[in-house]
Amino acid sequence: MDRLRVERLAFGYRGRVVGRDVSFAMAAGEVLCLLGPNGSGKTTLFRTLLRLLEPHGGAVLVEGASIAAWPRRQLARVFGYVPQAQTGTFPFTAREMVLMGRTAHVGLFASPSADDLRHADAALEALGIAHLADRPYPEMSGGERQLALVARALAQEPSILVMDEPTASLDFGNQVRVLSHVQMLARRGIAVVLSTHDPDQAFLCADRVALLRDGRLAHLGATADVVTPTTLRETYGVDVDVVTLTRDGRTVRVCLPSLERRRPG
Amino acid sequence: MAGGALVVLVAIAFSVGRFPVTPGELLAVLWSKLTGTPHGLPVSIDTVVFNVRGPRIAAAILVGAALAAAGAAYQGLFRNPLVSPDILGVSTGSALGAVVGIYLSLGVVAIQTLAFVAGLGAVAVVYAIGTALRRHDPILVLVLAGIVIGTLLGSCVSLLKYLADPYNQLPAITFWLLGSLASVTLGDVRAIVPGVMLGLVPLVLLRWRMNVMTLGEDEARALGVDTHRLRLAVVAAATLMTAAVVSISGVVGWIGLLVPHLARFLVGPDFRRLLPASILLGAGYLLGVDTLARTAARIEIPLGVLTAFIGAPFFIWILAASRRGW
Repeated sequence: MDRLRVERLAFGYRGRVVGRDVSFAMAAGEVLCLLGPNGSGKTTLFRTLLRLLEPHGGAVLVEGASIAAWPRRQLARVFGYVPQAQTGTFPFTAREMVLMGRTAHVGLFASPSADDLRHADAALEALGIAHLADRPYPEMSGGERQLALVARALAQEPSILVMDEPTASLDFGNQVRVLSHVQMLARRGIAVVLSTHDPDQAFLCADRVALLRDGRLAHLGATADVVTPTTLRETYGVDVDVVTLTRDGRTVRVCLPSLERRRPG
Repeated sequence: MAGGALVVLVAIAFSVGRFPVTPGELLAVLWSKLTGTPHGLPVSIDTVVFNVRGPRIAAAILVGAALAAAGAAYQGLFRNPLVSPDILGVSTGSALGAVVGIYLSLGVVAIQTLAFVAGLGAVAVVYAIGTALRRHDPILVLVLAGIVIGTLLGSCVSLLKYLADPYNQLPAITFWLLGSLASVTLGDVRAIVPGVMLGLVPLVLLRWRMNVMTLGEDEARALGVDTHRLRLAVVAAATLMTAAVVSISGVVGWIGLLVPHLARFLVGPDFRRLLPASILLGAGYLLGVDTLARTAARIEIPLGVLTAFIGAPFFIWILAASRRGW
Protein backbone atom coordinates (compact mmCIF):
# COMPACT_ATOMS: atom_id res chain seq x y z
CA MET A 1 0.00 0.00 0.00
CA ASP A 2 1.40 3.39 -0.97
CA ARG A 3 1.87 5.90 1.82
CA LEU A 4 0.68 8.65 -0.52
CA ARG A 5 -1.01 8.26 -3.88
CA VAL A 6 -2.03 11.18 -6.05
CA GLU A 7 -4.39 10.32 -8.90
CA ARG A 8 -4.99 12.62 -11.87
CA LEU A 9 -5.06 15.64 -9.56
CA ALA A 10 -6.30 18.93 -11.05
CA PHE A 11 -5.48 21.92 -8.90
CA GLY A 12 -5.68 25.69 -8.83
CA TYR A 13 -7.61 28.57 -7.35
CA ARG A 14 -11.31 29.27 -7.40
CA GLY A 15 -12.17 29.70 -11.06
CA ARG A 16 -8.61 29.16 -12.33
CA VAL A 17 -7.00 25.78 -12.98
CA VAL A 18 -3.21 25.90 -12.57
CA GLY A 19 -2.36 22.27 -13.25
CA ARG A 20 -3.97 18.93 -14.10
CA ASP A 21 -3.32 15.22 -14.60
CA VAL A 22 -0.70 15.01 -11.84
CA SER A 23 -0.29 11.41 -10.65
CA PHE A 24 2.42 9.93 -8.48
CA ALA A 25 2.85 7.61 -5.51
CA MET A 26 5.25 7.60 -2.58
CA ALA A 27 6.40 4.90 -0.18
CA ALA A 28 7.29 5.38 3.49
CA GLY A 29 10.80 6.78 3.95
CA GLU A 30 11.03 8.03 0.39
CA VAL A 31 12.22 11.51 -0.62
CA LEU A 32 10.57 12.98 -3.71
CA CYS A 33 11.97 16.22 -5.05
CA LEU A 34 9.69 18.50 -7.07
CA LEU A 35 11.49 20.64 -9.64
CA GLY A 36 9.95 23.23 -11.90
CA PRO A 37 10.39 26.82 -13.04
CA ASN A 38 8.74 29.79 -11.31
CA GLY A 39 5.01 29.73 -11.88
CA SER A 40 4.87 26.04 -12.83
CA GLY A 41 2.45 25.36 -9.96
CA LYS A 42 4.66 23.77 -7.27
CA THR A 43 3.24 25.71 -4.33
CA THR A 44 -0.34 25.36 -5.62
CA LEU A 45 0.16 21.60 -5.94
CA PHE A 46 1.48 21.42 -2.37
CA ARG A 47 -1.37 23.50 -0.98
CA THR A 48 -3.81 21.16 -2.73
CA LEU A 49 -2.08 18.07 -1.27
CA LEU A 50 -2.59 19.62 2.17
CA ARG A 51 -6.17 20.55 1.22
CA LEU A 52 -5.46 24.20 1.91
CA LEU A 53 -6.99 24.43 -1.58
CA GLU A 54 -9.75 22.08 -2.67
CA PRO A 55 -8.80 20.01 -5.75
CA HIS A 56 -10.52 20.71 -9.07
CA GLY A 57 -10.47 17.01 -9.84
CA GLY A 58 -8.73 13.73 -9.11
CA ALA A 59 -7.92 12.33 -5.68
CA VAL A 60 -5.32 12.24 -2.92
CA LEU A 61 -5.12 8.90 -1.10
CA VAL A 62 -3.25 8.13 2.13
CA GLU A 63 -2.73 4.40 2.74
CA GLY A 64 -5.46 3.85 0.15
CA ALA A 65 -8.05 6.11 1.81
CA SER A 66 -9.27 9.31 0.19
CA ILE A 67 -8.62 12.41 2.31
CA ALA A 68 -11.40 14.40 0.63
CA ALA A 69 -13.68 14.42 3.69
CA TRP A 70 -11.07 14.37 6.46
CA PRO A 71 -11.41 17.04 9.14
CA ARG A 72 -8.42 19.33 9.65
CA ARG A 73 -7.21 17.58 12.77
CA GLN A 74 -7.04 14.20 11.07
CA LEU A 75 -5.17 15.75 8.13
CA ALA A 76 -2.66 17.39 10.47
CA ARG A 77 -1.87 14.04 12.12
CA VAL A 78 -0.77 12.67 8.74
CA PHE A 79 0.56 15.70 6.82
CA GLY A 80 3.29 17.93 8.18
CA TYR A 81 3.95 21.21 6.40
CA VAL A 82 7.11 23.26 6.37
CA PRO A 83 6.31 26.61 4.74
CA GLN A 84 8.91 29.19 3.82
CA ALA A 85 9.93 30.92 7.04
CA GLN A 86 8.42 34.31 7.78
CA THR A 87 9.32 36.64 10.62
CA GLY A 88 6.15 36.06 12.63
CA THR A 89 3.99 38.74 14.21
CA PHE A 90 4.44 38.00 17.90
CA PRO A 91 7.64 37.06 19.78
CA PHE A 92 6.87 33.42 20.59
CA THR A 93 9.96 31.51 21.69
CA ALA A 94 11.35 28.74 19.50
CA ARG A 95 10.03 26.19 22.02
CA GLU A 96 6.49 27.65 21.91
CA MET A 97 6.70 27.69 18.11
CA VAL A 98 7.67 24.00 17.99
CA LEU A 99 5.05 23.17 20.62
CA MET A 100 2.40 24.48 18.21
CA GLY A 101 3.25 21.46 16.06
CA ARG A 102 1.49 19.35 18.73
CA THR A 103 -1.86 21.10 18.19
CA ALA A 104 -3.42 18.20 16.28
CA HIS A 105 -2.68 15.95 19.27
CA VAL A 106 -4.15 18.42 21.80
CA GLY A 107 -7.88 18.47 22.60
CA LEU A 108 -9.91 21.43 21.31
CA PHE A 109 -10.24 23.07 24.74
CA ALA A 110 -6.96 21.73 26.18
CA SER A 111 -3.37 22.92 26.33
CA PRO A 112 -0.25 20.90 25.48
CA SER A 113 0.69 18.39 28.19
CA ALA A 114 4.09 17.59 29.69
CA ASP A 115 4.32 14.80 27.12
CA ASP A 116 3.75 17.29 24.29
CA LEU A 117 6.49 19.48 25.76
CA ARG A 118 8.85 16.48 25.72
CA HIS A 119 8.05 15.92 22.02
CA ALA A 120 8.83 19.58 21.30
CA ASP A 121 12.15 19.46 23.18
CA ALA A 122 13.10 16.19 21.45
CA ALA A 123 12.39 17.81 18.07
CA LEU A 124 14.53 20.85 18.94
CA GLU A 125 17.28 18.42 19.98
CA ALA A 126 16.99 16.41 16.75
CA LEU A 127 17.43 19.57 14.66
CA GLY A 128 20.40 20.68 16.77
CA ILE A 129 18.76 23.89 17.97
CA ALA A 130 18.00 22.97 21.58
CA HIS A 131 20.22 25.84 22.72
CA LEU A 132 17.88 28.28 20.92
CA ALA A 133 14.73 27.03 22.68
CA ASP A 134 14.09 30.25 24.62
CA ARG A 135 15.10 32.63 21.82
CA PRO A 136 12.19 34.73 20.43
CA TYR A 137 11.37 33.42 16.96
CA PRO A 138 11.43 36.88 15.27
CA GLU A 139 14.98 37.42 16.60
CA MET A 140 16.32 34.21 15.06
CA SER A 141 18.21 34.19 11.76
CA GLY A 142 16.53 32.92 8.60
CA GLY A 143 18.37 29.58 8.85
CA GLU A 144 17.47 29.10 12.51
CA ARG A 145 13.82 29.90 11.78
CA GLN A 146 13.74 27.33 8.99
CA LEU A 147 15.22 24.70 11.31
CA ALA A 148 12.59 25.61 13.94
CA LEU A 149 9.83 25.06 11.38
CA VAL A 150 11.29 21.65 10.49
CA ALA A 151 11.39 20.86 14.23
CA ARG A 152 7.75 21.93 14.49
CA ALA A 153 6.84 19.53 11.66
CA LEU A 154 8.80 16.76 13.39
CA ALA A 155 6.97 17.38 16.70
CA GLN A 156 3.74 17.00 14.73
CA GLU A 157 4.70 13.31 14.10
CA PRO A 158 3.46 13.25 10.50
CA SER A 159 3.79 10.28 8.19
CA ILE A 160 4.02 12.57 5.14
CA LEU A 161 6.00 15.82 5.15
CA VAL A 162 5.48 18.58 2.58
CA MET A 163 8.34 21.10 2.39
CA ASP A 164 7.91 24.18 0.19
CA GLU A 165 11.38 25.33 -0.92
CA PRO A 166 12.92 24.63 2.48
CA THR A 167 16.31 25.93 1.38
CA ALA A 168 15.15 29.15 -0.29
CA SER A 169 17.00 32.24 0.96
CA LEU A 170 19.30 30.21 3.23
CA ASP A 171 23.08 30.49 3.16
CA PHE A 172 25.12 27.56 1.83
CA GLY A 173 25.79 25.96 5.22
CA ASN A 174 22.14 26.11 6.28
CA GLN A 175 21.05 24.66 2.92
CA VAL A 176 23.27 21.64 3.52
CA ARG A 177 22.04 21.34 7.13
CA VAL A 178 18.38 21.37 6.06
CA LEU A 179 19.04 18.74 3.37
CA SER A 180 20.79 16.45 5.86
CA HIS A 181 17.76 16.79 8.14
CA VAL A 182 15.52 15.84 5.21
CA GLN A 183 17.43 12.56 5.02
CA MET A 184 17.14 12.12 8.80
CA LEU A 185 13.36 12.54 8.57
CA ALA A 186 13.15 10.01 5.73
CA ARG A 187 15.16 7.49 7.77
CA ARG A 188 12.49 7.84 10.46
CA GLY A 189 10.01 6.49 7.90
CA ILE A 190 8.43 9.79 6.87
CA ALA A 191 7.61 10.22 3.19
CA VAL A 192 9.12 13.62 2.33
CA VAL A 193 8.12 15.66 -0.72
CA LEU A 194 10.04 18.90 -1.15
CA SER A 195 10.35 21.53 -3.84
CA THR A 196 13.54 23.31 -4.79
CA HIS A 197 15.02 25.46 -7.51
CA ASP A 198 18.40 23.74 -7.32
CA PRO A 199 18.66 20.43 -9.27
CA ASP A 200 21.89 19.65 -7.38
CA GLN A 201 19.81 19.27 -4.24
CA ALA A 202 17.79 16.57 -5.99
CA PHE A 203 21.04 14.65 -6.62
CA LEU A 204 22.01 15.11 -2.97
CA CYS A 205 18.89 14.01 -1.12
CA ALA A 206 16.12 12.71 -3.39
CA ASP A 207 15.22 9.14 -4.34
CA ARG A 208 13.04 10.32 -7.18
CA VAL A 209 12.34 13.57 -8.99
CA ALA A 210 9.12 14.96 -10.40
CA LEU A 211 9.52 17.71 -12.98
CA LEU A 212 6.55 20.05 -13.11
CA ARG A 213 6.06 22.22 -16.19
CA ASP A 214 2.99 24.39 -16.83
CA GLY A 215 1.07 22.48 -14.19
CA ARG A 216 1.73 19.01 -15.61
CA LEU A 217 4.28 16.36 -14.67
CA ALA A 218 6.72 16.44 -17.57
CA HIS A 219 8.96 13.75 -16.06
CA LEU A 220 8.84 11.42 -13.06
CA GLY A 221 11.45 8.88 -12.11
CA ALA A 222 14.83 8.16 -10.51
CA THR A 223 16.88 11.34 -10.08
CA ALA A 224 19.61 10.34 -12.55
CA ASP A 225 17.00 9.53 -15.21
CA VAL A 226 15.02 12.75 -14.83
CA VAL A 227 17.73 15.36 -14.19
CA THR A 228 19.58 15.34 -17.53
CA PRO A 229 20.96 18.07 -19.79
CA THR A 230 17.98 17.56 -22.10
CA THR A 231 15.25 17.90 -19.48
CA LEU A 232 17.00 20.83 -17.79
CA ARG A 233 17.22 22.68 -21.10
CA GLU A 234 13.56 21.94 -21.84
CA THR A 235 12.55 23.11 -18.39
CA TYR A 236 14.76 26.09 -17.64
CA GLY A 237 15.94 27.10 -21.13
CA VAL A 238 19.64 27.00 -20.21
CA ASP A 239 22.50 24.69 -21.14
CA VAL A 240 23.71 22.41 -18.35
CA ASP A 241 26.24 19.61 -18.17
CA VAL A 242 25.65 16.84 -15.66
CA VAL A 243 29.06 15.80 -14.37
CA THR A 244 29.72 12.46 -12.71
CA LEU A 245 32.20 12.31 -9.85
CA THR A 246 33.28 9.63 -7.41
CA ARG A 247 33.28 10.29 -3.69
CA ASP A 248 33.89 7.61 -1.05
CA GLY A 249 33.55 4.99 -3.79
CA ARG A 250 30.07 6.19 -4.74
CA THR A 251 29.01 7.90 -7.92
CA VAL A 252 27.64 11.40 -7.39
CA ARG A 253 26.28 13.81 -9.99
CA VAL A 254 26.40 17.58 -10.10
CA CYS A 255 24.98 20.11 -12.54
CA LEU A 256 27.35 22.50 -14.25
CA PRO A 257 25.50 25.27 -16.07
CA SER A 258 27.09 27.05 -19.02
CA LEU A 259 26.92 30.83 -19.05
CA GLU A 260 27.55 31.00 -22.82
CA ARG A 261 25.00 30.06 -25.41
CA ARG A 262 26.13 27.05 -27.36
CA ARG A 263 25.46 26.76 -31.01
CA PRO A 264 22.76 24.26 -31.72
CA GLY A 265 23.95 20.99 -33.18
CA MET B 1 0.55 39.57 42.17
CA ALA B 2 -1.69 41.35 39.68
CA GLY B 3 -4.70 39.93 41.54
CA GLY B 4 -3.40 41.40 44.80
CA ALA B 5 -2.87 44.77 43.13
CA LEU B 6 -6.49 44.66 41.92
CA VAL B 7 -7.75 44.05 45.49
CA VAL B 8 -5.70 47.03 46.72
CA LEU B 9 -7.14 49.15 43.90
CA VAL B 10 -10.68 48.15 44.90
CA ALA B 11 -9.95 49.16 48.51
CA ILE B 12 -8.57 52.52 47.36
CA ALA B 13 -11.53 53.07 45.03
CA PHE B 14 -13.95 52.58 47.95
CA SER B 15 -12.00 54.87 50.24
CA VAL B 16 -11.87 57.95 48.00
CA GLY B 17 -14.73 60.24 46.99
CA ARG B 18 -17.35 62.33 48.72
CA PHE B 19 -18.26 59.50 51.12
CA PRO B 20 -15.03 57.64 51.97
CA VAL B 21 -15.44 54.01 53.05
CA THR B 22 -12.38 52.62 54.84
CA PRO B 23 -11.32 49.01 54.19
CA GLY B 24 -12.41 48.14 57.75
CA GLU B 25 -15.88 49.58 57.21
CA LEU B 26 -16.08 47.84 53.85
CA LEU B 27 -15.30 44.46 55.40
CA ALA B 28 -17.79 45.08 58.22
CA VAL B 29 -20.55 45.97 55.77
CA LEU B 30 -19.82 42.95 53.55
CA TRP B 31 -19.66 40.65 56.59
CA SER B 32 -23.01 41.85 57.90
CA LYS B 33 -24.54 41.39 54.45
CA LEU B 34 -23.25 37.83 54.29
CA THR B 35 -24.23 36.82 57.82
CA GLY B 36 -27.32 39.00 58.20
CA THR B 37 -26.05 40.54 61.46
CA PRO B 38 -26.14 44.34 61.93
CA HIS B 39 -22.79 46.16 61.64
CA GLY B 40 -23.53 49.16 63.83
CA LEU B 41 -22.32 51.69 61.25
CA PRO B 42 -24.47 54.46 59.72
CA VAL B 43 -27.08 53.11 57.28
CA SER B 44 -25.84 55.50 54.61
CA ILE B 45 -22.70 53.35 54.29
CA ASP B 46 -24.88 50.51 53.03
CA THR B 47 -26.23 52.78 50.30
CA VAL B 48 -22.75 53.93 49.29
CA VAL B 49 -21.34 50.40 49.18
CA PHE B 50 -24.21 48.56 47.51
CA ASN B 51 -25.97 51.17 45.42
CA VAL B 52 -23.46 53.86 44.48
CA ARG B 53 -19.80 52.99 44.62
CA GLY B 54 -20.02 49.18 44.59
CA PRO B 55 -21.88 48.90 41.26
CA ARG B 56 -19.58 51.48 39.74
CA ILE B 57 -16.45 49.62 40.85
CA ALA B 58 -17.89 46.29 39.66
CA ALA B 59 -18.77 47.88 36.33
CA ALA B 60 -15.27 49.33 35.90
CA ILE B 61 -13.76 45.88 36.53
CA LEU B 62 -16.15 44.13 34.13
CA VAL B 63 -15.85 46.72 31.37
CA GLY B 64 -12.06 46.93 31.61
CA ALA B 65 -11.62 43.15 31.72
CA ALA B 66 -13.97 42.56 28.78
CA LEU B 67 -12.47 45.25 26.52
CA ALA B 68 -8.90 44.11 27.25
CA ALA B 69 -9.73 40.42 26.69
CA ALA B 70 -11.52 41.22 23.42
CA GLY B 71 -8.54 43.33 22.33
CA ALA B 72 -6.05 40.55 23.12
CA ALA B 73 -8.16 38.04 21.18
CA TYR B 74 -8.51 40.33 18.15
CA GLN B 75 -4.82 41.26 18.02
CA GLY B 76 -4.01 37.55 17.82
CA LEU B 77 -6.80 36.67 15.43
CA PHE B 78 -5.95 39.49 13.00
CA ARG B 79 -2.21 39.01 13.55
CA ASN B 80 -1.86 42.72 14.05
CA PRO B 81 -0.87 44.52 17.25
CA LEU B 82 -2.65 47.70 16.12
CA VAL B 83 -6.09 46.12 16.24
CA SER B 84 -8.64 46.99 18.93
CA PRO B 85 -12.06 45.43 19.66
CA ASP B 86 -13.61 48.17 17.47
CA ILE B 87 -12.02 46.81 14.28
CA LEU B 88 -15.18 45.00 13.14
CA GLY B 89 -17.45 47.92 14.00
CA VAL B 90 -18.96 46.75 17.29
CA SER B 91 -18.44 50.06 19.12
CA THR B 92 -19.61 52.17 16.20
CA GLY B 93 -22.67 49.95 15.86
CA SER B 94 -23.41 50.28 19.57
CA ALA B 95 -22.85 54.03 19.37
CA LEU B 96 -25.37 54.34 16.56
CA GLY B 97 -27.88 52.25 18.51
CA ALA B 98 -27.48 54.41 21.61
CA VAL B 99 -27.60 57.66 19.63
CA VAL B 100 -30.81 56.56 17.90
CA GLY B 101 -32.24 55.79 21.35
CA ILE B 102 -31.25 59.20 22.70
CA TYR B 103 -32.53 60.94 19.55
CA LEU B 104 -35.90 59.23 19.99
CA SER B 105 -35.85 60.22 23.70
CA LEU B 106 -36.21 56.60 24.83
CA GLY B 107 -35.60 55.36 28.38
CA VAL B 108 -32.24 54.20 29.72
CA VAL B 109 -32.95 50.48 29.39
CA ALA B 110 -34.21 50.91 25.83
CA ILE B 111 -31.08 52.89 24.91
CA GLN B 112 -28.83 50.18 26.38
CA THR B 113 -30.73 47.43 24.60
CA LEU B 114 -30.52 49.29 21.29
CA ALA B 115 -26.77 49.81 21.79
CA PHE B 116 -26.25 46.10 22.52
CA VAL B 117 -28.32 44.86 19.58
CA ALA B 118 -26.85 47.37 17.12
CA GLY B 119 -23.29 46.39 18.14
CA LEU B 120 -24.03 42.72 17.46
CA GLY B 121 -25.83 43.64 14.23
CA ALA B 122 -22.94 45.69 12.86
CA VAL B 123 -20.46 42.83 13.35
CA ALA B 124 -22.94 40.32 11.90
CA VAL B 125 -23.18 42.43 8.73
CA VAL B 126 -19.38 42.74 8.53
CA TYR B 127 -18.94 39.00 9.02
CA ALA B 128 -21.58 38.20 6.41
CA ILE B 129 -19.75 40.41 3.88
CA GLY B 130 -16.46 38.72 4.78
CA THR B 131 -17.97 35.27 4.27
CA ALA B 132 -19.66 36.23 1.00
CA LEU B 133 -16.42 37.47 -0.59
CA ARG B 134 -14.59 34.16 -0.35
CA ARG B 135 -12.13 34.67 -3.15
CA HIS B 136 -9.95 36.99 -1.07
CA ASP B 137 -7.88 36.57 2.05
CA PRO B 138 -10.52 36.08 4.78
CA ILE B 139 -8.77 38.27 7.38
CA LEU B 140 -8.17 41.16 4.99
CA VAL B 141 -11.78 41.09 3.77
CA LEU B 142 -13.07 41.12 7.36
CA VAL B 143 -10.92 44.09 8.34
CA LEU B 144 -11.79 46.07 5.20
CA ALA B 145 -15.50 45.32 5.60
CA GLY B 146 -15.21 46.39 9.24
CA ILE B 147 -13.62 49.70 8.27
CA VAL B 148 -16.20 50.39 5.56
CA ILE B 149 -19.22 49.53 7.72
CA GLY B 150 -17.68 51.38 10.69
CA THR B 151 -17.23 54.53 8.64
CA LEU B 152 -20.76 54.26 7.29
CA LEU B 153 -22.24 53.87 10.77
CA GLY B 154 -20.04 56.71 12.02
CA SER B 155 -21.56 58.96 9.36
CA CYS B 156 -25.03 58.01 10.58
CA VAL B 157 -23.97 58.98 14.13
CA SER B 158 -22.73 62.33 12.82
CA LEU B 159 -26.00 62.91 10.96
CA LEU B 160 -28.03 62.26 14.11
CA LYS B 161 -25.78 64.59 16.12
CA TYR B 162 -26.43 67.26 13.50
CA LEU B 163 -30.18 66.69 13.68
CA ALA B 164 -30.36 66.33 17.47
CA ASP B 165 -31.74 68.97 19.84
CA PRO B 166 -28.59 70.92 20.77
CA TYR B 167 -29.69 71.65 24.36
CA ASN B 168 -30.88 68.27 25.64
CA GLN B 169 -29.95 65.50 23.23
CA LEU B 170 -26.58 66.64 21.91
CA PRO B 171 -24.87 66.80 25.34
CA ALA B 172 -26.30 63.36 26.17
CA ILE B 173 -25.01 61.97 22.88
CA THR B 174 -21.56 63.51 23.37
CA PHE B 175 -21.42 62.21 26.94
CA TRP B 176 -22.30 58.69 25.76
CA LEU B 177 -19.71 58.76 22.98
CA LEU B 178 -16.97 59.67 25.48
CA GLY B 179 -17.94 56.90 27.88
CA SER B 180 -18.84 57.11 31.55
CA LEU B 181 -19.73 54.88 34.47
CA ALA B 182 -21.27 57.74 36.51
CA SER B 183 -24.85 56.54 36.30
CA VAL B 184 -24.28 52.78 36.43
CA THR B 185 -26.73 50.86 38.65
CA LEU B 186 -26.61 47.43 40.24
CA GLY B 187 -29.18 46.34 37.64
CA ASP B 188 -26.81 47.38 34.82
CA VAL B 189 -24.02 45.29 36.29
CA ARG B 190 -26.33 42.29 36.65
CA ALA B 191 -27.49 42.71 33.06
CA ILE B 192 -24.00 42.53 31.53
CA VAL B 193 -22.52 39.71 33.64
CA PRO B 194 -23.98 36.91 31.45
CA GLY B 195 -22.73 38.56 28.24
CA VAL B 196 -19.23 39.07 29.62
CA MET B 197 -19.06 35.50 30.94
CA LEU B 198 -20.41 34.02 27.68
CA GLY B 199 -17.62 35.89 25.92
CA LEU B 200 -14.80 35.12 28.31
CA VAL B 201 -15.39 31.37 28.71
CA PRO B 202 -14.84 30.42 25.03
CA LEU B 203 -11.67 32.54 24.90
CA VAL B 204 -10.30 30.78 28.00
CA LEU B 205 -11.20 27.36 26.58
CA LEU B 206 -9.67 28.07 23.15
CA ARG B 207 -6.49 29.64 24.61
CA TRP B 208 -4.05 27.23 22.94
CA ARG B 209 -5.76 27.31 19.53
CA MET B 210 -5.57 31.14 19.73
CA ASN B 211 -1.76 30.90 19.74
CA VAL B 212 -1.84 28.82 16.56
CA MET B 213 -4.19 31.32 14.88
CA THR B 214 -1.47 34.01 15.10
CA LEU B 215 0.58 31.98 12.58
CA GLY B 216 -1.86 32.82 9.80
CA GLU B 217 -4.51 30.98 7.86
CA ASP B 218 -2.43 28.36 5.98
CA GLU B 219 -0.13 27.38 8.83
CA ALA B 220 -2.92 27.20 11.40
CA ARG B 221 -4.95 24.93 9.13
CA ALA B 222 -1.92 22.77 8.35
CA LEU B 223 -1.41 22.36 12.10
CA GLY B 224 -4.95 21.02 12.47
CA VAL B 225 -7.05 24.08 13.35
CA ASP B 226 -10.46 24.58 11.74
CA THR B 227 -9.83 28.30 11.23
CA HIS B 228 -13.30 29.16 9.89
CA ARG B 229 -15.08 27.85 12.98
CA LEU B 230 -12.50 29.15 15.42
CA ARG B 231 -12.61 32.63 13.89
CA LEU B 232 -16.41 32.67 14.08
CA ALA B 233 -16.30 31.55 17.73
CA VAL B 234 -13.73 34.18 18.72
CA VAL B 235 -15.46 37.00 16.85
CA ALA B 236 -18.80 36.04 18.40
CA ALA B 237 -17.30 35.87 21.90
CA ALA B 238 -15.44 39.17 21.63
CA THR B 239 -18.41 40.94 20.05
CA LEU B 240 -20.86 39.70 22.67
CA MET B 241 -18.59 40.90 25.46
CA THR B 242 -17.82 44.26 23.91
CA ALA B 243 -21.40 45.04 22.94
CA ALA B 244 -22.57 44.11 26.45
CA VAL B 245 -20.14 46.38 28.29
CA VAL B 246 -20.33 49.26 25.81
CA SER B 247 -24.12 49.30 26.24
CA ILE B 248 -23.69 50.47 29.87
CA SER B 249 -20.38 52.38 29.67
CA GLY B 250 -20.58 54.09 26.30
CA VAL B 251 -17.53 54.09 24.03
CA VAL B 252 -14.36 53.78 26.13
CA GLY B 253 -11.42 53.80 23.76
CA TRP B 254 -7.81 52.77 24.20
CA ILE B 255 -8.21 49.91 26.68
CA GLY B 256 -8.62 47.19 24.06
CA LEU B 257 -5.57 48.48 22.19
CA LEU B 258 -3.29 49.43 25.06
CA VAL B 259 -3.79 46.78 27.75
CA PRO B 260 -2.94 43.74 25.55
CA HIS B 261 0.33 45.47 24.65
CA LEU B 262 1.16 46.02 28.30
CA ALA B 263 0.22 42.41 29.08
CA ARG B 264 2.37 41.08 26.22
CA PHE B 265 5.23 43.26 27.43
CA LEU B 266 4.93 41.67 30.90
CA VAL B 267 4.11 37.99 30.20
CA GLY B 268 4.90 37.39 26.50
CA PRO B 269 2.60 36.48 23.59
CA ASP B 270 1.44 33.03 24.80
CA PHE B 271 -2.35 33.39 25.03
CA ARG B 272 -2.45 31.02 28.03
CA ARG B 273 -0.78 33.77 30.07
CA LEU B 274 -1.71 36.77 27.92
CA LEU B 275 -5.47 36.36 28.41
CA PRO B 276 -5.51 36.30 32.25
CA ALA B 277 -2.92 39.09 32.36
CA SER B 278 -5.03 41.21 29.99
CA ILE B 279 -8.17 40.57 32.04
CA LEU B 280 -6.52 41.62 35.33
CA LEU B 281 -4.68 44.60 33.87
CA GLY B 282 -7.77 45.79 31.97
CA ALA B 283 -9.88 45.58 35.11
CA GLY B 284 -7.26 47.40 37.17
CA TYR B 285 -6.59 50.04 34.54
CA LEU B 286 -10.22 51.04 34.07
CA LEU B 287 -10.89 50.95 37.81
CA GLY B 288 -7.95 53.30 38.36
CA VAL B 289 -8.99 55.60 35.54
CA ASP B 290 -12.63 55.67 36.67
CA THR B 291 -11.60 56.45 40.25
CA LEU B 292 -9.59 59.37 38.87
CA ALA B 293 -12.51 60.41 36.68
CA ARG B 294 -14.84 60.86 39.65
CA THR B 295 -12.31 62.35 42.11
CA ALA B 296 -9.73 64.37 40.18
CA ALA B 297 -11.98 67.34 39.43
CA ARG B 298 -15.20 68.96 40.68
CA ILE B 299 -17.04 67.53 37.68
CA GLU B 300 -16.94 64.04 36.17
CA ILE B 301 -14.21 63.76 33.57
CA PRO B 302 -15.38 61.63 30.60
CA LEU B 303 -13.66 58.22 30.63
CA GLY B 304 -12.73 58.26 26.97
CA VAL B 305 -10.82 61.50 27.51
CA LEU B 306 -8.89 60.17 30.51
CA THR B 307 -8.03 56.80 28.96
CA ALA B 308 -6.59 58.66 25.99
CA PHE B 309 -4.66 61.19 28.10
CA ILE B 310 -3.10 58.41 30.17
CA GLY B 311 -2.98 55.88 27.36
CA ALA B 312 -1.20 57.84 24.65
CA PRO B 313 2.06 58.59 26.51
CA PHE B 314 1.95 55.14 28.11
CA PHE B 315 1.60 53.47 24.73
CA ILE B 316 4.58 55.37 23.35
CA TRP B 317 6.61 54.31 26.39
CA ILE B 318 5.77 50.63 25.77
CA LEU B 319 6.75 50.95 22.11
CA ALA B 320 10.07 52.45 23.16
CA ALA B 321 10.71 49.86 25.89
CA SER B 322 9.63 46.67 24.10
CA ARG B 323 12.03 44.54 22.14
CA ARG B 324 11.77 43.65 18.47
CA GLY B 325 8.44 42.06 17.60
CA TRP B 326 5.30 42.50 19.68
